[in-house]
Amino acid sequence: MSTTFPRLLLDHAEKRPHAAALREKEYGIWQTTTWAVLLQRVRFLAAGLSAAGLKRGQHVVVIGDNRPRLSASMIAAQVLGAIPVPLYQDAVSAEFVFPINNAEVSFAIAEDQEQVDKLIELRPECPQLARIWYDNPRGLRNYSEPGLASLDSLMEQGADLDKKHPARFSGWVSIVKPSDVAAMFFTSGTTGHPKGVVHTHFTLIDRALAGAAFDKLTSDEEVLAYLPPAWIGQNIFSYAQWLACGYVVNCPESAETVSIDLKEIGPTYYFAPPRVFEGMFTSVMIRMEDAGAIKRWLFKRFMDVARRVGPARMDRKPLGFSDRLSYALGNVLIYGPLRNTLGMSRVRVAYTAGEAIGPDLFVFYRAIGINLKQLYGSTETAVFVCLQPDNEAKSDTVGVPIHGVELRVLDSGEILVRSPGLLKGYYKNPEATAEVLTADGWYRTGDAGFLDAGGHLKIIDRAKDVGRLSGGANDGAMFAPKYVENKLKFFPFIKEAVAFGDKKEKVCAFINIDFAAVGNWAERRNLPYAGYTDLAAKPEVLELVRECVEKVNADLAQDERLAGSQISRFLVLHKELDADDGELTRTRKVRRGAIADKYGVLVNALYAGRSSQYIETQVMFEDGRVGLVSAELRIVDAKGFTPVRSAA
Amino acid sequence: MTAATINTLKSTRIVVDASNDEIISAPPTITKCRTGEVILDVQNISLSFGGVKALTDISFNVREHEIRAIIGPNGAGKSSMLNCINGVYRPQQGSITFRGKTFKHMNSRQVAEMGVARTFQNLALFKGMSVLDNIMTGRNLHMKSNILLQALRIGPAEKEEIRNREFVERIIDFLEIQPYRKTPVGRMPYGLQKRVDLGRALAMEPKVLLLDEPMAGMNLEEKQDMCRFILDVNDEFGTTIVLIEHDMGVVMDISDRVVVLDYGKKIGDGTPDKVRSNPEVIKAYLGTSH
Repeated sequence: MSTTFPRLLLDHAEKRPHAAALREKEYGIWQTTTWAVLLQRVRFLAAGLSAAGLKRGQHVVVIGDNRPRLSASMIAAQVLGAIPVPLYQDAVSAEFVFPINNAEVSFAIAEDQEQVDKLIELRPECPQLARIWYDNPRGLRNYSEPGLASLDSLMEQGADLDKKHPARFSGWVSIVKPSDVAAMFFTSGTTGHPKGVVHTHFTLIDRALAGAAFDKLTSDEEVLAYLPPAWIGQNIFSYAQWLACGYVVNCPESAETVSIDLKEIGPTYYFAPPRVFEGMFTSVMIRMEDAGAIKRWLFKRFMDVARRVGPARMDRKPLGFSDRLSYALGNVLIYGPLRNTLGMSRVRVAYTAGEAIGPDLFVFYRAIGINLKQLYGSTETAVFVCLQPDNEAKSDTVGVPIHGVELRVLDSGEILVRSPGLLKGYYKNPEATAEVLTADGWYRTGDAGFLDAGGHLKIIDRAKDVGRLSGGANDGAMFAPKYVENKLKFFPFIKEAVAFGDKKEKVCAFINIDFAAVGNWAERRNLPYAGYTDLAAKPEVLELVRECVEKVNADLAQDERLAGSQISRFLVLHKELDADDGELTRTRKVRRGAIADKYGVLVNALYAGRSSQYIETQVMFEDGRVGLVSAELRIVDAKGFTPVRSAA
Repeated sequence: MTAATINTLKSTRIVVDASNDEIISAPPTITKCRTGEVILDVQNISLSFGGVKALTDISFNVREHEIRAIIGPNGAGKSSMLNCINGVYRPQQGSITFRGKTFKHMNSRQVAEMGVARTFQNLALFKGMSVLDNIMTGRNLHMKSNILLQALRIGPAEKEEIRNREFVERIIDFLEIQPYRKTPVGRMPYGLQKRVDLGRALAMEPKVLLLDEPMAGMNLEEKQDMCRFILDVNDEFGTTIVLIEHDMGVVMDISDRVVVLDYGKKIGDGTPDKVRSNPEVIKAYLGTSH
């Protein structure tokens, strides 16, 4: 394979000039850009950018939502051998400073006034940023900032130049090699500065095609591009695979109209992180609560059928006649209309990735006939590493390695990947590159996991968090705290969980109940409570949580490797974990170390076998005042299960 | 009080050449007279309802492209003043000159045809109709084909509908209410309904826009949004704006000149700074110690 993004564009424009390449909803109408028109725009933009001084190997930042002309600008930059660097449009100005200086950027393409303002603000810190072009002129016509101009004016200039030197464009395209750098993506590092992940035309196109072959994507697919283009996931779906397959990418009218636009377009290929699927699920459930009694009864009745029959049907397992009949009836009455409301009537392949998805949520979508699957990959691997085949989607695995991918699992549990899609390196950061790329071409993912009996990859935690039990019955067993915590959190009654077990003889856990869900549950049982602390200490609530914990234990016992991680004892905390008290990060991740220190008394009580423990905790209220919460916490023992031995 | 005391342009404001609506970009540091000739001149207006004098001998003028505020305590006669300009009330005395033509009193339809649009303090929207249809009603004066052709959507009526719909879509885009295009207005939050009200007025392509308390009952964020839209309308379309407002902060921030009314009399007129330091105005708003 020896193609580049500009050449792919030329191919499409030549073979199907009048087919739609992009659509954008504007003024209430879907406006189409054909491949021929797109090519013309790219020609003009490339000529304009070249005249402005953009040279081979230079970086151009592109900041904005998914907009047809921003996509065209990215191709135009690639035509000149320059490297587009998409940045997150919702980042604040200061966050742009590092990437712009790191990549010595002098040219920027911004969507609108908001982005232009941010770029102007950082100019004193980035003096080399000479030219800024904007797509949407609203509010900008009286700006007299030097070097600021509209994309329209750039294209006008480019059109003149293109007319004068029509042969230059094909000359530029022919120089671009597949091994040239095609794009750079900054990953938001949790520590230190972000790192620029460098990808070539070859790495991106190879993975785009491998993914497309796996799901048999064609040029007939419809995709809605609504996630940030700076995220490689969106970039692969609405740029790399778009040019590789030649399907149609649709840009929504605005971020608020996505659900309406989704329904109008009816995409066939869909990609979203779990939170989007969760949001849609919640809105369906809320609307059903408000529906009439008959509708509610129908919905409940047929959702039960769907949950029982749907996933098996998706996995193409044989079904009984009565099951097939009830499902067909449900499809007419409930599932079909529901898919339509969600804008997913035509979805052939839907993916979720980024974080773990709850089994109930995952099953819901598959049950109503949406082919939702999971994939595994990262910016450094150009996304596609593992994908789930159509009839083998499970909520707790991420699929099988696809064409070209080799996987290796270290003794520590860390997963190593070798594929043609690996990054070239981190930009100007050889130390970081050496940390993740081994000499023989393996990429260290930093994730811990293993391949299950069916050859599916199962991710359990970040490798650095995975520990070992020591002493006791399960000495040396692998302990993945996040895996256990996630399993607990999938229950609606449990909001947060913190699992301990590294270098201990057994696993114990702190649990935070979900106040709204458990409160509602208590009210339906006429169980009075005064507040969070009171509710959390009710014996009935502890019993409810124990049932959840034991279900998790039964589930963990299914897997020999994780059976040792079963929770033997737990307690329900007397206060909600809070970022203001330093217990959670601002993105609501539990800070396990800080919690273990703060509640050392409770950890000791769990391991010392005591049945209850008194605790006093300082809490910070929102107005900055400090108060005390105290409680006598009961510690509950949970039943363990003997591991199921897999037939080796 | 001379009308020549204009010119308190903030550096970020826009410079508009009044003669042909063309925008000239000037370096932001130079402030320049953006406003043009007097477009609306109110002379010695008096209005009474029976024995109650709502307005007494009020005179002021509005220049092209400026944002002119009318302020005053409750019952000062602000809405009555607007209603006189708008032709809803007939003043007993005085005259109103609009774009060179002088009238004893105005006529609502005539006013609309001359290019004056307004919004309402208590939102006179069609609650059961969608945002799109509500704003479309603002295009009424631009629809020339007869009712039969419109009902059947044939011939010129169809073209006209498409043309007007396009204009309405531009307003929807401008006011950023795309997600609500087909939502019945009655189901929308109040702040957004106010925006639809503004949209309907804009659909008339007015020369002068009368806004009756555009921020009443809004929260801070909605107020900021509305301020931005008012400034944008003024900038992008060069529309002259006369607004009544209670919120002094808003008035002082966005208007070029302010008229202050109290008990139907004019007690102040001038730039926001000048008005703010006027002792009579302070007295009317804060009271004085006796």
